[in-house]
Amino acid sequence: MTLSVDIRHQLGAFELDAAFESNGRLTALFGPSGSGKTSLVNLIGGLIRPDRGRIAVDGRVLADTAARTFLPKHKRRIGYVFQDARLFPHMTVGQNLRYGRFFRPRQERYADLDAVVELLGIGGLLDRRPNLLSGGEKQRVAIGRALIASPQLILMDEPLASLDEARKAEIMPYIERLRDETKIPIVYVSHSISEVARLASDIVVLADGKVTASGSTREIMQRLDLLPEEERAEGGAVLELEIKAHDDAFGLSILRSGESEWRLPRMDAPAGSLVRVRVRARDVMIATERPHGLSAMNILAGKISEITTDDGTEARVKIDCGGDILVSRVTRHSVRALGLETGKSVFAVVKAVTFDKANTASRVEGGTKR
Amino acid sequence: MEWLLDLTPDEWNAVRLSIKVATWAMVASLPFGILVALILARGRFWGKSILNGIVHLPLILPPVVTGYLLLLSFGKRGPIGSFLAEYFGIVFSFRWTGAALACGVMAFPLMVRAIRLSIEAVDRRLEAAAGTLGANPLWVFATITLPLILPGIIAGMILSFAKAMGEFGATITFVSNIPGETQTLPSAIYTFTQVPGGDAGALRLTLISIAIAMLALIASEVLARRVGRTMEIE
Repeated sequence: MTLSVDIRHQLGAFELDAAFESNGRLTALFGPSGSGKTSLVNLIGGLIRPDRGRIAVDGRVLADTAARTFLPKHKRRIGYVFQDARLFPHMTVGQNLRYGRFFRPRQERYADLDAVVELLGIGGLLDRRPNLLSGGEKQRVAIGRALIASPQLILMDEPLASLDEARKAEIMPYIERLRDETKIPIVYVSHSISEVARLASDIVVLADGKVTASGSTREIMQRLDLLPEEERAEGGAVLELEIKAHDDAFGLSILRSGESEWRLPRMDAPAGSLVRVRVRARDVMIATERPHGLSAMNILAGKISEITTDDGTEARVKIDCGGDILVSRVTRHSVRALGLETGKSVFAVVKAVTFDKANTASRVEGGTKR
Repeated sequence: MEWLLDLTPDEWNAVRLSIKVATWAMVASLPFGILVALILARGRFWGKSILNGIVHLPLILPPVVTGYLLLLSFGKRGPIGSFLAEYFGIVFSFRWTGAALACGVMAFPLMVRAIRLSIEAVDRRLEAAAGTLGANPLWVFATITLPLILPGIIAGMILSFAKAMGEFGATITFVSNIPGETQTLPSAIYTFTQVPGGDAGALRLTLISIAIAMLALIASEVLARRVGRTMEIE
């Protein structure tokens, strides 16, 4: 599935001028609030008519101002999960779920109600009214409702933004299952690095209505300069590691990627599964020789592949550890003091306890090592 | 108590006629009421305030004036009345249908107001959500908007019925006061008060008016509660 967008649209004083293509399974539209993310999904979903430009999914033109084509939203087959769920208050959960299927011709229906209910764990809610659901339940029902309409593409506009941390943690695994177990591509709007790093296969970075970068999650997450100021602390390398074993005596999991071995807090996935972890750049220290007598458990040998600095305090150092690129934020002073330069062999040091629920994902199902 | 239930045939006629006239006025004006409320709530066009003014005119004008305007336009020689009589065989003047028309017109602003307010309260984002699920605008209206404005529609119908039951000025001007044809409860009470010894009859019909009004009010409460139970807004 390829989504291609090339759009210009004026909203008051704000101008959206965005062009990108993506064929990822979950493409994140990432940027600070006010960067035009929601307008962009509204354009894709047909809720707004673009001033100029073209939107196509797999060659099917949804809007093309040059050809005067505009497919109304009810003909687009695009599921939309809104930030505020928008369940129909006069229907039960079951009726909400079945609503979209009614409008889909039989031969176009592929979604199985029971499978979706099972996937999202909403079997116990079917007879309830939306006003009796918790925020997390509402959002799961909203995802199910979009799915059962058998869409070709699903848009999610910050589906977790209105939820507290516990509810977010409750829903994330369901979105991961959706991404991994169904074939429907997802466009996911978010301003949160932890969500994007955990869920996205591809990222489109937006700022002030323009696309500043797009690419795979790995690539983009290493580019700290692309991230908005307030989220920069959360940026870093996104790695997919394989669980080798669990050390239950100390509550650790041993993971591997290439030659490097990692020890992280005990994970819930069985040995052999792939997990995605985000190593924050601020958590990575650099040593020029293998450190001894250090509490940090993860010491990885590597070579510096790139150093970027600006006039500020910091430098960003990329370290190639047997194919996995780690990013480290250090002071410019340290770069000078340690004589760091491209090509130099160093050790990256990461404390195991810097990993928590926010930067370790549950297993990547059916995922293969890239 | 005996005298209370012992209605003369003419009095019974007035009661029956009033209920018939009010029911028809309510039912026949409902589709127009919903349509006009939708146009006023959602429409963006030049002349919207003029339409709004025309709809509200019966509320402000003296009822006698409204009745006279109806007589001019829907009467036997009126442009609309002669057209309808000639091509459809529908005659309003001095018939109970004319009474229903007068009541419907007088109650129309109340009905439109109630429905319009409920339409304006509908969360349009729900309609957008239904659109993304494949519902075309007509289906969105039937499955989302209409059920959500049902309490407003019920309120509008009850208001319209109550107003129609009490309509006097426009009705008597337009279709006069013919027992058995156009003599509704208010006209009948008025007639009783104009003749010597009519006090008992006037009182009986007054009490019946009160009873019917109370019943309508209770019915609307029950309906509204039932609708509300199935539709507690998030």
